[in-house]
Amino acid sequence: MSILFVLIPLSLALVVLAGWGFFWAVSAGQFDDLESPGWDVLREEVPLPIGSSGDDDERR
Amino acid sequence: MCCSGCQAVAELISGTGLGDYYRYRDATSTRPRNDDLAADKWRVYADPEFARQFTQIANGQTSTTLLIEGLRCSACSWLIDQVLRRHAGIVDVSVNAATGRANVCWDPARLNLADVMRTIAQLGYVPHPVTDETVSRALREERRDGLKRLAVAGFGMMQVMMFAVAVYSAELAHEVMDPGILNYFRIVSLLVATPVMFYAGAPILLSAGNSLRGRSVGMDVPVGIALVLAYAASVWNTFQNSGGEVYFDSVTMFIFFLTLGRFVQMSVRQRTAGVTDALARQLPTIAHRARDGGIEDVPVTSLRIGDIVQVRRGEVLPADGQLLDGEAELDEALLTGESLPVRRPAGDRVVAGTINVGGPISVTVTALGTQTALSHIVALMQRAQGHKPALARNADAAAAKFLRYVLLGAGMTCAIWFAIDPSQAFAATLAVLVVACPCAFAIAMPAALAAATASLGRQGILLTDADALEALARVDHIVFDKTGTLTRGELRVSRCVPLENLTETRCLQIAAALEQASEHPLARAFARHPGAGSVDDLRTFAGAGIEGRIDGRLYRIGSPQFVCELHTLTHEAPADLTGSPIMLGDEQRALAWFELTDSVRPAAAEVVSDLRSLGIEPVILSGDGHGAVATVAQKVGITEAVARCSAQEKLSRLLNLQQQGKRVAVIGDGVNDAPVLAAGDVSIAMGRGAALAHASAGLVLVSDNLSALPEAVKLARRTLRIARQNLLWSAVYNFGSLPLAAFGLIPPWLAALGMSLSSVAVVLNSTRLLPRSVFEQSTAAPRSRLSETAA
Repeated sequence: MSILFVLIPLSLALVVLAGWGFFWAVSAGQFDDLESPGWDVLREEVPLPIGSSGDDDERR
Repeated sequence: MCCSGCQAVAELISGTGLGDYYRYRDATSTRPRNDDLAADKWRVYADPEFARQFTQIANGQTSTTLLIEGLRCSACSWLIDQVLRRHAGIVDVSVNAATGRANVCWDPARLNLADVMRTIAQLGYVPHPVTDETVSRALREERRDGLKRLAVAGFGMMQVMMFAVAVYSAELAHEVMDPGILNYFRIVSLLVATPVMFYAGAPILLSAGNSLRGRSVGMDVPVGIALVLAYAASVWNTFQNSGGEVYFDSVTMFIFFLTLGRFVQMSVRQRTAGVTDALARQLPTIAHRARDGGIEDVPVTSLRIGDIVQVRRGEVLPADGQLLDGEAELDEALLTGESLPVRRPAGDRVVAGTINVGGPISVTVTALGTQTALSHIVALMQRAQGHKPALARNADAAAAKFLRYVLLGAGMTCAIWFAIDPSQAFAATLAVLVVACPCAFAIAMPAALAAATASLGRQGILLTDADALEALARVDHIVFDKTGTLTRGELRVSRCVPLENLTETRCLQIAAALEQASEHPLARAFARHPGAGSVDDLRTFAGAGIEGRIDGRLYRIGSPQFVCELHTLTHEAPADLTGSPIMLGDEQRALAWFELTDSVRPAAAEVVSDLRSLGIEPVILSGDGHGAVATVAQKVGITEAVARCSAQEKLSRLLNLQQQGKRVAVIGDGVNDAPVLAAGDVSIAMGRGAALAHASAGLVLVSDNLSALPEAVKLARRTLRIARQNLLWSAVYNFGSLPLAAFGLIPPWLAALGMSLSSVAVVLNSTRLLPRSVFEQSTAAPRSRLSETAA
């Protein structure tokens, strides 16, 4: 049973890693909007990059 | 003080303040808040010039809506309410936990905005004046924060459960675990449970601490006490090694479910706020002002009435104004729900918050900030959300009383069990504290109302008074106060009867030319017809008609008496003319009769039959003539229609209905129906322009869409039903589980599960009222793009 003394700390390390990953994802805004990104692929018009005018995009 | 400088400083300070707060929240329970900085932060709001953009002034009182960060349940709102009320100079306070907003009304001679906000801040909450930038940012931060806490609690719970299951299975199998391994498990559990307790559980513990400091018993107090007791006992037993029970599994599970419940409640609240914010969409902070032949970019706050601003393609109008040049294409979805852009000719009134989807336009500013039509709508809506209906206030009061008995009951349970069996005392007391939390009871009404308000908003109905929803659910008569509510309200020339040998077209041309300068509703009926030639000596006779000279001939148009005065011949109107007859004449003779009628709204007949099927009898009480009323009534299928009613008569007929025990809703356009509207059990205003600001109505049909009405009644009935289910369910749960816990039949972990699930059940039940695709609406592409650009 002494393997537990290795495996449990290992599992805790994995939990901390997963938790850190989740925190990063939340802070990066991955969970801010769970609906509209799903619709993006269906939208015909490509959303304009901020600061550029519409004409540039249409020409491309 | 310069306004733009003011704003920049304030944004900077509130920005760093927000950062400070989050640093402080994510850390431990000590308070590294710099008090000098905090004092400075609120002082900015003392400047009346700066505060004006967040406040409204009426009857010598100043009022504002504040978004309160950290407002978690109705106990928090009760605390804020009580403390503010003790402040001299505060006239009225209402705090709504479900929307996280507070309406505060105060006497400006004795207090200012800074004082109010400082008082709230001293309680441990962070007030934000509601402008949309701060709202969306605070909402986003709150959501992210909640997700992180939920994740920590969830991961932690799973880990601790893993060890707990191992220990329990050993016990069930009557095996004896190696004491070394058992102790190892306990220490690891402690390691995992600690971040769950102090990070995920921090909001609960802080809120319990705040209410204790405010000398009140909040919802979180029994829960907080239970958590601290269980955690402390477990830590003690872990290190004592005396074989005492540990409760790390119960603690983590309880925190997880509480956090889950709060997260769900927060999501519902944010969805509601999302609908409001779709209305209160962020106005731009920068406007392009035209001055001295050039264009300069200035903060919107430094605009003055009369300034000329340019609005480029895709930008949001910063203020109400009058369109100067050319034709504009505007997206007015915000006001009317109409998704297609609307064309506006030069000279038209345009409204802040609409989007210019056509070419660049210039606008003369006529109203700014809180004076704009948009602000009026938003203020009405926010007032409704901040105001608690009677049913919810009663539930709150009951919950607060109940909590005191819970603490008392827990103490008694503890004492009695000590006398019978001391080993059971701790577990039973914990179970009582946990199981009895009336969270579900307290959020039963607000959750249902918040969801219903969001749904109504989607259908173009503003709820301006929370009690109106309850009244609407019970209505059995609807009085249409005007035929105008059933008709479009635009007169059209439906017939033209030439008397002399003139063509119809010629008559219409003359009439249109005469009427083109007039703003009278009758005159607008001719606007769609082309006018002929220029008119000289144009004179308007109020209440009678118009006189003018075309090609040297003097014409009159208007009421028959007025026109006949010119040629001194009398003329009978043809018998088959209905509606409002108008005569055109010159100096010799009468030339033509016009019949003007108003067309019935396309949905009106359907609405009437829908209302009937809901058991609501529609009635018309109108001031219009018999003919017009009878036509409209017959077209839409209303049998009970009374014409030529004076306002007094309308009122007495209404009161008569009410005396017969009927509950009556009144629909009017809100302009001159105020007394009748006010007398109804619930009043509904058709809303455009000035009528929107009309505060006497409980509901406003913003989009003028009559067909939303039956839907609103159905929704109101469902809301009331769901609120009752919520209240019943939570009362049954609380009163049923309390004795079981006191007798020691419920172990602490089961108590934690039951309490949490009862709250979650209430919130989920309420979400049935939500429209399905609110998020799509509020995060539609142009909207998010524009707010990003502005931010």
